[in-house]
This record gives sequence, C-alpha cells and structure tokens, in this order.
Amino acid sequence: MSHDFAKGVAALESQIDSRIAAYFSSCVHCGLCAEACLFYTETQDPRYTPIYKLEPMRRLWKEQHTFWGKFAIKLGLSKPLSEQDFADWEELVYDSCTLCGRCSMVCPVGNDITYMIRKEREGFAAAGYTPPGLQEATHRALTIGSPMGVTLKTLQAALRHVERNTGLKIPMDRQGADYMALFSSMEVVNFPEYIESVARIFDAARLSWTISSQAFEATNSGIQIGSREAAREIVGRVVDAAESLGVKYVISPECGHAYTAIRWEGPNLIGRPYKFEIIHILELLDQLQQEGRLKLSGLTETPLTFHDPCQIVRRGGVIEPPRDLLGKVASGFVEMADHGEMNWCCGGGGGVSANERAEGLRLKVFDRKRKQLEALGVKTLVTACANCRIVLEEGIEDRDMDVAVIGLTELVAEHLATTPATASDGSGAES
Amino acid sequence: MIGQLIDGPLWYFSLAVFGVGMLYRLYSILRAGVKPDLATPRAGGGAGALRNLFSRFAPRRDVATRGRLTLIAGYLFHLGLFALLFFAQPHVDFLAERITGFGWPALPYWAFIISAELALVGLLLLWLHRLLHPVTRLLSSVDDHIGTGLVFLVMLSGCLALAQAFEPLRLLHLFLAELLLIYFPFSSLMHTFTFVFSRGYTGAMMGRKGVNA
Ligand code: SF4
Ligand code: SF4
Repeated sequence: MSHDFAKGVAALESQIDSRIAAYFSSCVHCGLCAEACLFYTETQDPRYTPIYKLEPMRRLWKEQHTFWGKFAIKLGLSKPLSEQDFADWEELVYDSCTLCGRCSMVCPVGNDITYMIRKEREGFAAAGYTPPGLQEATHRALTIGSPMGVTLKTLQAALRHVERNTGLKIPMDRQGADYMALFSSMEVVNFPEYIESVARIFDAARLSWTISSQAFEATNSGIQIGSREAAREIVGRVVDAAESLGVKYVISPECGHAYTAIRWEGPNLIGRPYKFEIIHILELLDQLQQEGRLKLSGLTETPLTFHDPCQIVRRGGVIEPPRDLLGKVASGFVEMADHGEMNWCCGGGGGVSANERAEGLRLKVFDRKRKQLEALGVKTLVTACANCRIVLEEGIEDRDMDVAVIGLTELVAEHLATTPATASDGSGAES
Repeated sequence: MIGQLIDGPLWYFSLAVFGVGMLYRLYSILRAGVKPDLATPRAGGGAGALRNLFSRFAPRRDVATRGRLTLIAGYLFHLGLFALLFFAQPHVDFLAERITGFGWPALPYWAFIISAELALVGLLLLWLHRLLHPVTRLLSSVDDHIGTGLVFLVMLSGCLALAQAFEPLRLLHLFLAELLLIYFPFSSLMHTFTFVFSRGYTGAMMGRKGVNA
C-alpha cells in the first residue's frame, strides 16, 4: 500500500474534536490505564500502555493546539510529527489494541482512550500505515461484500443446509417483514449452527423476518482499519437494503464489532438516524423470552461461565440480556471475577484476529483469559460472538486447555420448549 | 522592594495569567467541537456524564489492586493539598483578604500539619513512581516533572514559612506559588479543570449506550 504522510496528518488533524482535546489536556501520565490493558498486563511491555499508543496523535495535538507545543516547534526544541512516527506506531495502534474499551473504564480523569485509538486509526489508514491483513479484509468487504470473501452463493449454500437440517424455509428478500437478520462471515463459514439456531428460534416465536440478498454481512472492516469512507459504504448497504424492504428492525448478529458498527457508529457514518431500529440478537431473544413468545425448557447442569464480548457488553450496553438468558437455560452459571463491563478481552477484537502478523502477540495475551478460566475451574465457556469464539478456541488449543466454547444463541436454541413447526415460512403467521 | 513586587504586582500578574490562560485553554477545547451522536440512545447522556463525574473518584476493583501505590499516593496528595489550599488558616486569611472578601472556618494547626505531611508524602511517592516505574517513566515529559517540582517547592516553602513565621520565607512561598500560577495553564496541571470535561464526555457517551462508565 502506498504511503501519504500529508494525507495522514490531515486526517489525524480532522479527528481532534473537543473530546480528544479534553482527553489530552487531562492526561496526567499516571500509567493506570496500563493496568487495565491485557497487552500490558500479559507482556509487561510499557509500550503497550494504552495512552502511549496515542503518542503520534498527542504530538500533533500538542504542536497544533498548545502554546508550548507551537513554541517548542518554532524554537526547534521538539520535533514535529514525522512519517517515521506512523511507521513506528503502526504495530501499537493495530496489533496491540483490540478497541476493547477496558482502559477507558479506569482512567481517573475519565479519558476514553479507546475512542481516541479508533480516531487515531483514521489518520493511520489515510497515511497508508495499516496491517496488510486488515487492508485485504477491507478490500474484500468493499469488492465482494464480506471481509472473508463470503458471497451470496456461499450464504445460499449455507442456508440450503440449514433448510435441510431444520425443515424450515428461510425467508429471503421478503418485503415488509418486521425483522431483517444480518450475519457475520465468520458465522456463515465457521458457525452455520448459529444461523440454524436463529431460524429455529424465530420459527418457534413466530417472528416475521427475512434475510436480504443485497446486504447480509454485518461486520465492518472499515471501522476496524479506520477508514470512514469504507465504513460508510459498508454500513450504507445495510441501510439501503433494510429501508427498501421496509423492515422495522434490523437484527445485529452476535458478533460484537458488527453490533458497534451498525448500532452505534452507523447513523453517524451515514449522517442521519435510521428509519428502522437495530436490535442485538441477545436483546431480541431476551425480549421474546420475557414476552412469553420464546418458551424454554430444561436446564443445562454443566458448570459454565460467560465470556462477555467487549463490543456487545462494555462498548455496546447489552449487559443483562445474556445473563437473563443464561439463567433460563443453565443452572450452573458462574461469573468470572472480572465480568460484564469490566470483562477481559479475548485478544482478537478490533481487527486483531484479521491481522496475521499479530498472531503471536494475540496468543500471548490470551493468557489473561486462561488465568481467569483457571481461577474459576469451569470447563465450559459460553460466549456470544463468532470472532471471540474462534479466538478463544485457538487460545485454548494453543495453551492445551480442556475447555469447550459454545455460542449462547445455540445454547438457547437447544432449550426450545417446543419442536418448531415445519410449515412456517418466516412470515410470522400461524401455520 | 522585591517583597513589595511579590506581594503586589507579581501576584496580580500571575493571577491574570492563570485566569486568562485557563479560560483560553477551556475555550480551545470547546472550540474544537463535538459532532452530535445520531444513534438512538438507550438512556440520557446527561445523567451518564454526571454519574461519571463522581464515580471516577473511586477506582475499579481490579485496578485498585494493580495500581495500589498510585491510587493511595494520589488520594493522599490530592486530599492533603485540597485541605491545605482551602483550609489552612493563612490561606483562608489570604483568600478572604485578596479574593473573596469573606473568610470561613480553618483547620486547627495540628490538622494542617497532618494534611501537609500526607500531601508531601503522596507527592513524593507519585514522583518516585514516575521516575522509577517503566510505564510512567516512558509516559512522563519534562512538563510533568516541572509541574511536580513546582508544586513540591510551593508546599515545602509553605510549611517552612508557617513553622518559622519568617517573612522572607512567606515571600518565597508566595513567589513560588505565583510561578506555579503562571505555569499552570500551559501544563498538564490543567487536569484540575479539564477532568470535568473528560469525565463528562466519556460518561455521556457511555450513558447513551446504557453502560455505567
Ligand atoms: S490512566 Fe488516564 S490519566 Fe493516567 S496515563 Fe492513562 S490516560 Fe493518562
Ligand atoms: S482498548 Fe483494550 S486493548 Fe486497546 S489499549 Fe485499551 S485496554 Fe488495551
């Protein structure tokens, strides 16, 4: 990828809003954010301190927004931001940050460091200093429609499989359905059982739903790499599809980054509120269950715990629904010491799992989760994000651990009280 | 002559630099602007901002353990300094005479000494930590050391001035405090005011998402 330093600086400059100016003004360099970041706690490398990952942006802010900064540059006492800084910080900005948001919860002055890193990536992407793995994923998302290269044909093949297994008809492009479901490529390729579970649950709950052939991918590599244009284009496809089908709700899949992208960033990317609502699959399941439309029976007795996907829970606000659901289907649910909004990341979010060169570091910082699991002594880990799931499974295998990872939606589907009606076609009507 | 300068014009000058500089810094933060959030919120941002403004005074469990030293030293320093700055008898008299026009109850002498000692111990611990811990060493800039150094000197000279009741020491204390006031708006000491913005912005955003930051 070609480099363009001036473009990078201009993009970085345009990201400095009041929030970022307040955050840099407030930082007292206390170092507490390091203690919240798994990249620091598991390596003890001070360069992985969250706020240090923002050094290039801080320098630019200092030289443009502060008296001493301007003064020192004029007198030649400090060096302006250079292209070398982009090169030197690329690894810190992408490989050692999953945008998990944990650092933002502990900073005593209240800095949202994660927001800053997300913004800093805009500058790095514009300057062309991004990991090849993420560049390729973004390219595929823009050209093929999926970061993993999943095409409509691949999805259709997966759906045919689901139809065969369940005897259900998966509703495609149904005009006027209430809900439009999205998936992540990871689910289509690695966990089609998620789609199957969704289909069975929606059938049991008589939900009027559909899948759009125009936009079924929910993840957004544009956000992970830091390209507002790419992110806008990707989210725009979903908005167009949902608005042309006239649905009332779009269902975000389990995938955490997909949820943040479509729920919280999307309207800001396209510059207007949606004409529909976004609901996370766990919120929907919890709601259906509370309304009595989703009837569950039996309890899994195996002791199990829940890995909170950062973007669903801490950065997304879906905190109670997974716990409510687990309470309905499992009797042995125990929490890890740090859970909910203070969970520890799996190590693969924020584009890290798509960045092959970060693999060694990612497996190293998985130690944090290993220690949490070992402290609890539980052998079954439930989660609600296909990306977390793959990353956790790889970490577990790498560390030779005896822990099984299962998806929450699938666990819920296993406890459906009634066998789904075979004649249902997703219209929501009784058959 | 020098005494008059320190007691008179320099005091007003430093106060003016502090006031104008501080307001300018706050203005330059606000001037950068924030785009409105177009995502439908789960809850109000205002309540989240207010909550975070206060909740961050207490640390999260996990970081309270890992960053124990920083936290204890931080509390000692900030609470001690607050007590000294606003409740030491000479400060109450000085502020009443020069700024507010009215006084308020001050700390007894022994409480003043304890606050001063706690604040000094806290500050020294923070400084040592800054110099010795690999993370803070990497993060710290000249500005952090100048700020810490100035605060330390102001506090030390203040204690000496009070203990000795010696006019030149009082003047030295006032002079150092004036230097600190002048340096303040250009430094990270500004966090004294900007933390309200930082906590507010973060709290509002997280509050909209339905997360207690
Ligand atoms: S915890 Fe906050 S104030 Fe402390 S170094 Fe990190 S960003 Fe700065
Ligand atoms: S967002 Fe998470 S991974 Fe990134 S710096 Fe903060 S704690 Fe570390």
